Amino acid sequence: MTARDLLSEAGAGLIARPARVALTVLGTVIGVAALVATLGLSKTAGSQIVGRFSAVAATDVVITPVPGALGGSRAATVIPWDAEARLSRLNGVAAAGTLSDVDVRGALVRSVPINDPLGQTEVQLPVKAASVGVWRAVRARLTAGRFPDAGHSARANRTVVLGRNAARRLGIQSLDQQPAIFIGDRLYQVSGLLSSVERQPSLLGSLTIPNGTARREFNLAAPGSVQIETDIGAVEVVVRQAPRALSPDAPELLRVAAPPDPETLRAGVESDLNALFLLLGAVSLLVGALGIANVTLVSVLERVGEIGLRRALGAARRHIAAQFLVESGVMGLLGGIVGTALGVLVVVAVSAGRTWTPVLDPWVPLAAPFVGGLIGLVSGTYPALRAAALEPVDALRAGT
Amino acid sequence: MAETMPEPSSEPETLSTDLTGVDAWPIATPGRPVVELRGVSRTFGSVPPVEALREVDLLIYPGDWVAIVGPSGSGKSTLLNVLGCLDRPTAGAYFIDGIDVAGLSEGERTAARARSIGFVFQAFHLLAHRTALENVMLAEMYAGGERAGRRERALAALERVGLAHRRDFLPTRLSGGEQQRVAIARALLGTPRLLLCDEPTGNLDSASTESLMLLFDALARQGLTLVVVTHDEGVAGHARRIVRIVDGRLSEVSE
Repeated sequence: MTARDLLSEAGAGLIARPARVALTVLGTVIGVAALVATLGLSKTAGSQIVGRFSAVAATDVVITPVPGALGGSRAATVIPWDAEARLSRLNGVAAAGTLSDVDVRGALVRSVPINDPLGQTEVQLPVKAASVGVWRAVRARLTAGRFPDAGHSARANRTVVLGRNAARRLGIQSLDQQPAIFIGDRLYQVSGLLSSVERQPSLLGSLTIPNGTARREFNLAAPGSVQIETDIGAVEVVVRQAPRALSPDAPELLRVAAPPDPETLRAGVESDLNALFLLLGAVSLLVGALGIANVTLVSVLERVGEIGLRRALGAARRHIAAQFLVESGVMGLLGGIVGTALGVLVVVAVSAGRTWTPVLDPWVPLAAPFVGGLIGLVSGTYPALRAAALEPVDALRAGT
Repeated sequence: MAETMPEPSSEPETLSTDLTGVDAWPIATPGRPVVELRGVSRTFGSVPPVEALREVDLLIYPGDWVAIVGPSGSGKSTLLNVLGCLDRPTAGAYFIDGIDVAGLSEGERTAARARSIGFVFQAFHLLAHRTALENVMLAEMYAGGERAGRRERALAALERVGLAHRRDFLPTRLSGGEQQRVAIARALLGTPRLLLCDEPTGNLDSASTESLMLLFDALARQGLTLVVVTHDEGVAGHARRIVRIVDGRLSEVSE
């Protein structure tokens, strides 16, 4: 019996029962599809995260007090007012500044020039206090005006930087007429209009006043957070040193939010996804293998007569075993091919839906069909041995 | 056990069993039997043991057309299985063309089966999803025949049984008689030394039976060695020789 004979016999055995073959391989299809989709999606998501991981994100460090570590008041005053000066001395700090939310006790904000009786003239806007270095640390850009300097803070000048969205709500488009606004009943000079920031986007919707002004006007007790831009690759150093520089006696009271290492991040994402879905894929492959084993076994029992005939025609046991093995192997391979195609489709479809770039290791779609084939071979082994073990006399008597 | 048996004939082991080509049908050479059974017994190891064949001696010469008759349970099927190398005797010697097949390993017996014996069954045993021609071609798959020309040889075999015009029919569309003819064509492919038929007319009506008998007569005239197990006296009447088996013992009815 030649290999071609074997293949054509196995093929004919499968073609004779297309519906059954389709149902049999369903489990393998799902299993292989799950595997391929899992590997593809985790790879895609991993690349996506790293893709977003720009230089901006990689140099962003934010330090905040650990909330409630020593009771409310103590924890709130961990960050000193001279945080900016202390941090600027550290190697690897490109820019640093404090940024705090100011409690204005419900004071509303309104702009002066326009008294529109119909429009809403008073709005509630968040007010923040910033030190001079923050603007560089968040990479802020102005459409007009200037940032307050150390002098404004020292004199507690009533000057304010408006975020783009805050300015729109107050109806201020330019600084041409030297606009001023009221926070509660106090008048503030608008010194700058923010057009964009690359960090702390809440600044765009806020009013920002100098630290000194916030301390005097609103009794701000201590800075709420520190925003640092590090040099590229200096995150680790800064993360280790900054809390000690800010709070030498109790660095543990500060929480540092730093970007994770991109490689670790990618590996983390991939392993999180993989662990779960590979397990799912393995389970469905197991189910698929059981399906093939079950159906092949039933098929062997159904075809006892055929087996007897083949033995009578001179087929050796190995010929019978080989035929059933090839049949189950081909079934597995078919399931693997269809499953691989489905899995790739899933990866592409999900990527399209999320506007991600689909990423797939080339060996995954190449190897996956053979995983299916292997499943088929393994699950066909027992039925094939059963078929080969049949005595021709019994098989001929039992079958029709 | 085989070593203790006498040699079946004094001739040297030169007779070739290799008969290629459908037209080269074996011509009767009365000197040496195709089948030689010497003291063959087959005991099934149940409790108590069942002796299906007891000390059976049988010589079948080329061109013989032998009917084996007997009541059910008499050992007909066991004898056929032994003759067809599907079963091995527990005692005694079995020679096909002078070759001791009782002593062969299973693999060698399988090869001998492919080479020397054609089977025809009561239930036809055709593959339902294959055409008549494909069913016939199946016979050469394990006998080691060349792939090239297999189709032509199968077609020639179908012609021999008068079914060439049905070659592309599935068995389900053939009558019982036609199915049995396809099975016979399959058995003829590979030029067997011996055609073993197990109740070939058991599932056929009388007209098909009669037509099949004519085919058997024709095949026997062409020199084919035929052994037919049957309980149909009419079928046995066509045979040149009838062997009766009762309780595992053979007796010659007519010569």
